[in-house]
Amino acid sequence: MAGKTLYDKLWDSHLVKHNSDGSSLIYIDRHVIHEVTSPQAFEGLRLANRAPWRLDTNIATPDHNISTDKAERDAGVAGMVDEVSRIQVQTLDDNCDLYGIKEFKINEMGQGIVHVMGPELGATMPGMTVVCGDSHTATHGALACLAHGIGTSEVEHVLATQCLVAKKMKNMRVTVNGTLGAGVTPKDVVLAIIGVIGTAGGNGHAIEFAGSVFRDMSIEGRMTVCNMAIEAGARVGMVAVDQKTIDYCEGRQFVPKGELWNQAVEYWHTLHSDADAQFDTEVALQAEDIAPQVTWGTSPEMVAPVTALVPTLEQQSSEEKRKGLARALEYMGLEGGQAIESIAIDRVFIGSCTNSRIEDMRAAAEVAKGRKVAASVKQVLIVPGSQMVKAQAEAEGLDKIFIEAGMDWREPGCSMCLAMNADKLGAGEHCASTSNRNFEGRQGTGGRTHLMSPAMAAAAAVAGHIVDVRSFVGGDQ
Amino acid sequence: MKAFTQHRGLVGPMDRANVDTDMIIPKQFLKSIKRSGFGPNLFDELRYLDEGQPGADCSNRPLNPDFPLNFPRYTGASILLARKNFGCGSSREHAPWAIEDYGFNAIIAPSYADIFYNNCFKNGLLPVILSEEQVDILFDEMDAQEGYQLSIDLPAQTVTTDSGHVFAFELDEFRKDCLLQGLDEIGLTMQHADEIKAYEAAREAQHPWVFGAIK
Repeated sequence: MAGKTLYDKLWDSHLVKHNSDGSSLIYIDRHVIHEVTSPQAFEGLRLANRAPWRLDTNIATPDHNISTDKAERDAGVAGMVDEVSRIQVQTLDDNCDLYGIKEFKINEMGQGIVHVMGPELGATMPGMTVVCGDSHTATHGALACLAHGIGTSEVEHVLATQCLVAKKMKNMRVTVNGTLGAGVTPKDVVLAIIGVIGTAGGNGHAIEFAGSVFRDMSIEGRMTVCNMAIEAGARVGMVAVDQKTIDYCEGRQFVPKGELWNQAVEYWHTLHSDADAQFDTEVALQAEDIAPQVTWGTSPEMVAPVTALVPTLEQQSSEEKRKGLARALEYMGLEGGQAIESIAIDRVFIGSCTNSRIEDMRAAAEVAKGRKVAASVKQVLIVPGSQMVKAQAEAEGLDKIFIEAGMDWREPGCSMCLAMNADKLGAGEHCASTSNRNFEGRQGTGGRTHLMSPAMAAAAAVAGHIVDVRSFVGGDQ
Repeated sequence: MKAFTQHRGLVGPMDRANVDTDMIIPKQFLKSIKRSGFGPNLFDELRYLDEGQPGADCSNRPLNPDFPLNFPRYTGASILLARKNFGCGSSREHAPWAIEDYGFNAIIAPSYADIFYNNCFKNGLLPVILSEEQVDILFDEMDAQEGYQLSIDLPAQTVTTDSGHVFAFELDEFRKDCLLQGLDEIGLTMQHADEIKAYEAAREAQHPWVFGAIK
């Protein structure tokens, strides 16, 4: 009998019951809650006279809707300018207070983007099932968790029963071996993978990222990669436990200590795919082939090396692809065949659950240090992923580097990744963004998003156009 | 949840691949704490010429005359005909809420994103999967014939055209059962409360650090 994959092990250890109709009941260890996808779930509980099954599994924080402007944040929830948003954040506070759910409130230390907060507090630990009403929940898989996004009905289901009705996914392994070149980051790796798999290639699968590139990568970098599994269609992305995972977890707020810690570590070391495990789908890339990546279109799969040209209609193999490309080029205001480096940038956003952790801040600061934002760039938003990231960055003086360069240092939240708050693009504006989605209108109606790494985004801010950070840091621009 | 058994209705198109949930219901409408009322903002950025605001009355907004669902011939459509990877992107259940609230009872497409597909079943909305060739045939027939209707039979798992095509579709048995009976899934799971408690006790004995840390 073949060995088990990491996903198989996580699935098996959380299986409460397998039903005769092919569905299963899966136990959920950690439920992360934010203001946007939870109010209707709490309302549903009340309407059905139900209570949360377990309180110590839930952890909540507001992130999607809140202002990143310091003056507005200092005024707390009551001071939120957008009344509709204020009601939603207040509703989260009220629901958490009513049921006794642990919430890190708007300006409390610990607050942050849900997928930054969970791991950094140790609320996410290896071997757990983690769900949240947010598709980027796969982020937590960087700690060898079975983590995925759910809809609001399932948020209610988990609150009420601590379980989900689920069907086992297929196993996919994405292997990247070799050594990444200078200036090539985890974001470039995952964008390159999406370029190969396509935006629907991972549908129905749980992806395990394997190979020397991920072993060599920091936990923060693994989070960036797992975060975007959903952009390849997979709800789940994971990396096996190694010593880096254990070291990352040690000492965090909700992680066990003493004898319990030793027990946990012993178990966590088993969280990897067996050598003879079988995967339904295998994909392999070579690290040396990956250059810094930039999206030029309106889907994350519309991605290319920064040195490339925007594709042309003539290069497309089918009428459907020509139609799709023509629509994307029109929306993005680009010509087929134009150099990606010729695209001028109006705004820059460095943040989001993909790239707002401390090493992302450091990478952007390294490029920004001693440089100035180009005069043609209207705004550069630097939005740390959490209060803890913000405090750490300020302790290292990174905020001063950004401010000195002419960038805005903001308060933690989701911000311009999805533009639910005031941080958004104007129609037709091009944005160098470290977020995860370049869909039409995602960052503001008519806005044009180019996804890239924090270093690439910082370089674009200084250059005023998309630029290859490898030559840029060399100083010849 | 409302049940779904058979449905016959007018077909309306969304003729592009990879329609994402931001396109289905833009983020500003996610600020609502309600579960209903999203229909007027379905496909908001494509459907209207101005920018939609949450809570605003849509009845006097300028409609985009080039957006097919605005064509008079599709008024009252209850079956949405779409392309592959429909509903990709975020987990927002506001997407199926908006589609259902607009008046659609079913979607037909070659494939769906996983989370969106799952969310549909929680809301009495049937996402039918047919092959790309079959979907092409339906688009061609719909384009050729104003007032084009289809019949969907969930117990038989078929889509039938008036021209005589009968296309079979697959779906999971448990999803089918829940939809047919309009079952409350939470209520169903609660019937297994003893098994959940037994699992939980065993898990706590084996991995105690997973319990009690957050308070």
